[in-house]
Amino acid sequence: MSAPKHGEIDPISGQGTTGHEWDGIKELNTPLPRWWLWTFYACILWSVGYWIVYPSFPLISGFAPGFAGYSSRGAVMAEIDSVRARRADAAAGLASASLTQIRNDPKMLEIALAQGKTAFGDNCAPCHGAGGAGAKGFPVLADDDWLWGNSLDEMAATITHGIRAATDDQTRSTMMPAFGKDGLLKRDEVAAVANHVRVLGQLEPEKGANLALGANLFSENCAVCHGAEGKGDRSLGAPNLTDAIWLYGSDVAAISATIHNPRNGVMPAWRDRLDPVTIKSLTLYVQSLGGGR
Amino acid sequence: MLINASRKAMHGGELGLLLFFATTTVLCLIIAAQTTEGPFAFHAALATAASIAAIFAIFNRYFERPAEPAPLEIDGKPNYNFGPVKFTTIAAIFWGFAGMAVGLIIAMQLAFPDLNVEPWLNFGRVRPLHTSAVIFAFGGNVLLATSFYVVQRTSRARLAGDLAPWFVALGYNFFIVIAGTGYLLGVTQGKEYAEPEWYADLWLTVVWVAYLLVFLGTLARRTEPHIYVANWFYLAFIVTVAVLHLGNGLALPISMYSSKSYIAWSGVQDAMFQWWYGHNAVGFFLTAGFLAIMYYFIPKRAERPVYSYRLSIIHFWAVIFLYIWAGPHHLHYTALPDWAQTLGMTFSIMLWMPSWGGMINGLLTLSGAWDKLRTDPVLRMLVVSVAFYGMATFEGPMMSIKAVNSLSHYTDWTVGHVHSGALGWNAYVSFGAIYCLVPWLWNRRELYSLKLVNWHFWISTIGIVLYITAMWVSGILQGLMWRSYTALGYLEYSFIETVAAMHPFYVIRALGGFLFLLGYMLMIYNVWMTIRSSDAVSPAAARAPSLQPAE
Repeated sequence: MSAPKHGEIDPISGQGTTGHEWDGIKELNTPLPRWWLWTFYACILWSVGYWIVYPSFPLISGFAPGFAGYSSRGAVMAEIDSVRARRADAAAGLASASLTQIRNDPKMLEIALAQGKTAFGDNCAPCHGAGGAGAKGFPVLADDDWLWGNSLDEMAATITHGIRAATDDQTRSTMMPAFGKDGLLKRDEVAAVANHVRVLGQLEPEKGANLALGANLFSENCAVCHGAEGKGDRSLGAPNLTDAIWLYGSDVAAISATIHNPRNGVMPAWRDRLDPVTIKSLTLYVQSLGGGR
Repeated sequence: MLINASRKAMHGGELGLLLFFATTTVLCLIIAAQTTEGPFAFHAALATAASIAAIFAIFNRYFERPAEPAPLEIDGKPNYNFGPVKFTTIAAIFWGFAGMAVGLIIAMQLAFPDLNVEPWLNFGRVRPLHTSAVIFAFGGNVLLATSFYVVQRTSRARLAGDLAPWFVALGYNFFIVIAGTGYLLGVTQGKEYAEPEWYADLWLTVVWVAYLLVFLGTLARRTEPHIYVANWFYLAFIVTVAVLHLGNGLALPISMYSSKSYIAWSGVQDAMFQWWYGHNAVGFFLTAGFLAIMYYFIPKRAERPVYSYRLSIIHFWAVIFLYIWAGPHHLHYTALPDWAQTLGMTFSIMLWMPSWGGMINGLLTLSGAWDKLRTDPVLRMLVVSVAFYGMATFEGPMMSIKAVNSLSHYTDWTVGHVHSGALGWNAYVSFGAIYCLVPWLWNRRELYSLKLVNWHFWISTIGIVLYITAMWVSGILQGLMWRSYTALGYLEYSFIETVAAMHPFYVIRALGGFLFLLGYMLMIYNVWMTIRSSDAVSPAAARAPSLQPAE
C-alpha cells in the first residue's frame, strides 16, 4: 500500500486517488480510519481473551475448556437447581400431603394453584381453552358438568390416566357403541332416538318424529349407561342428556351423528409427561375453575 | 446471400447445448412417465417442455443470427451484451412483487390464523415460498442483472459466451419456478433457505457453474488493467455460494423416480452444516453480493470517487475470512458443543468492524456530494440502504453474544433483525440499482418520475420502521415473558399467553409490510412508464454524467 505513483488529487477531499479508473469510477487512497482499526483490534483482543476464559477450539481429543470452567449444560442445571430450591420450601409439603390436606391448607393451596395455572396453560389450554372455556368436542372445565366426576380423587384419576389413552392400562376406557355404523339401529331408528334425546333435554323434537319408537329404543339401548331418565352415569363417563350442555351440538343432525358413530373423545394420560406433584396441583387448579366438590 | 448462408455454421456452444437439452428432454420424459409422485411428474414434465423450448429457441436464434459471432467492439467501443441484463432486471421486479405479496399473506396469517388455507396456502408451505422468492428470486435476479452489467462496464469487455449468459439467466429462473411450485405442492428438503429437493439443487449447480464461467471469462477479457472492487465481491459471492450449496445440499435421493432424498449429514453435524450454509447465505449472497452493487452504483450515482481503496481491500479480505466461521451463533444453547458456540460468537464480534468497512466506504463516498441527497431520491435510497446495512451488521454481532441471544433467540427480534437487513439494506440497494439501471439499459434520459421515487422512498421507509419496531417490541416482550418467573418459582406465563400478547404487533407488522409492498408497486409503475416512454436517447446520453473514457 505504498503511495500511488499516478494518482491525482481529488479537489474536494484533498486526498490522492489510486490512479485507476473503471467506467468513470475512481478510488481515493484514504488511509484506514483510526477508530475503525482500533475497534477492530479491540474486538480481536476481546475474542482472544474470551477463548482463554471459555471453552474454545477443538483439540485432538476434547477441546480447550477455558479457565472459567463454564459449560452450558452445567449452567442450565445450576439454573434448574436454583428454581427447584426456590420452590422447595413451600412445595415440599405437596409431595406427601393428600389432595384434601392441600386444599385445606391456604399456604400449600396457594403454591398448588400457582403451579397448576402454569401447567394448565402449557398442557391443557390448547384443547380446553385458556381458563377452561372449552371448545366443541373439548369439555368446558369452568362449569359444573363433569363426565367422569368432580371429586378430587376422580379428577386426579382422570388427569393421571387419561381418557381412552392407548398408553395407559388404567385409563378410563368405556366406549359408546357405534349404533348406526355397526348396524345396531337403522337410519330412521337413529333419528327417532335423537329426537327422544332432544325431548330429554327439554328441546323441541322435529315435527313428525316417532317419539314412541325413540323412547322405546332409548330404554332398550341407551338407558343402561345414560339412565332411564337420561341423567347419565359418571362412573361410566356417560353424559347427562337432560342438561343444556352439549359437547358436539344439540340439533338432530349432530345428535344422530353421535349415535351413528360416536367420537369417544381421547385425553392423554398425563402421568406419562407430568410428575405426581404437578398432577396434584393441576387437579386443584382445575377444580378451582368450576364446580368442585 | 447463398454463399453467406452456406458459410454459416453452428458454433460449439450451440451444438453442445442442443445435445445437452436433447439429453434432458429424454431423461425428464422418462422420469415423468416412471414416477408415481404427482408433483415430481409435474416438474419432470415442466423440464421436458422447457428443454424442448430451449431446443427450438437455439435453432430459431441460429437461423436469425448473422454468420459471424457478435463483435467484441464496435468503433473501438465495447459491444456490451445487455439482453440478459434486461431480462434479469424485469425478472427481479416480477419476483420481488410476488415474494413481497406472499410475505404480506404470511404476515396476515400470523395475525389472523384463519387465513391458513389448506393445503396449498398453509403457512408451512408459503413461508419458504416468501423467503426463497425475495432472497433467491428477487435478490438473485438483481445480483445476476447487476453483476452482468457491472462486470462488463468496469472491465470494458463484452460478456463472455454467446448463449451462456442466456443459459444462466433463463436456467436460474427455471430453477426458481421448480423450487417455488415445489413448496406449494409440498416438495421440500426441510432445510431453511435450502428447501429445494435434490433435482432442483442439481440443476442449480449446473447453472451456477455456467455463471462462474461467464463471470470469469468476462474478467479474463477485460481491457482495464485492474479488477474493480465490485467484481471481487461478485466473485466471492459466486464462488462461496457454490461451495455452500454443494456442502449443505449433499443428499441421496431414494430413487431416480422420487423427489424425496436424504441429507448426507445427520444430527448436530447436519445442524452445523445447515447454519454454516444459512449464515453464509446471508454473508455471501445478501452481503458480499449486495456490497458489490453498492460499490458500483453509489460512486456512479454520486459521481464521487470511492472513499478508500485501502479500506476496501482490508475489509474485503476480513469479511471473507471471518464471515465463514460465524455460523454456530445460530445454534447457541443447543446440542452444538460449547467450543463451537464460542467460536461462532467471537468470530461474529470480530466481524463487526470488517462489515462496517463497507458502510464507511459507502457513506463517505458521499463526502462532497451530500447535497445530492436532497435532490436525488435514488441516491437517497442507496445511501439509506447503507445506513440500514450498518445498523443490521451492528445488531447481528450484538445478538450473537450468548447473553443477548438467550433473550433474543427464537423470538420475533430475530425476524425484526432479518427484515431491517432485508428491507432496509438488500431491497433498498436493489431499488436504487434498478432505478439507475432501467434508464441506462433502455436508453432513456431519466426515469419517468423522480417524484414517484420520492413517494416510494417515504412510504416504504415508514413501512420498514413499523415492521422492525413492532418486531423489536414483540420479540423482547416474548423473550421476557418466556423467562419470567413468579415469586413462588413457577413460570409466570403459559406459552399460549405469550402468543396472544403478540397479536397487536403482528397486525402492525402486516401494516408495515403492506406499506412496503405499496411503495414497491410505485416502482413497478415507474419502471413500466420509463420503458414505455418514447424519449429514447443514445446510450451515451443515457449515462451522460460518466462520459470520461477510462485511461
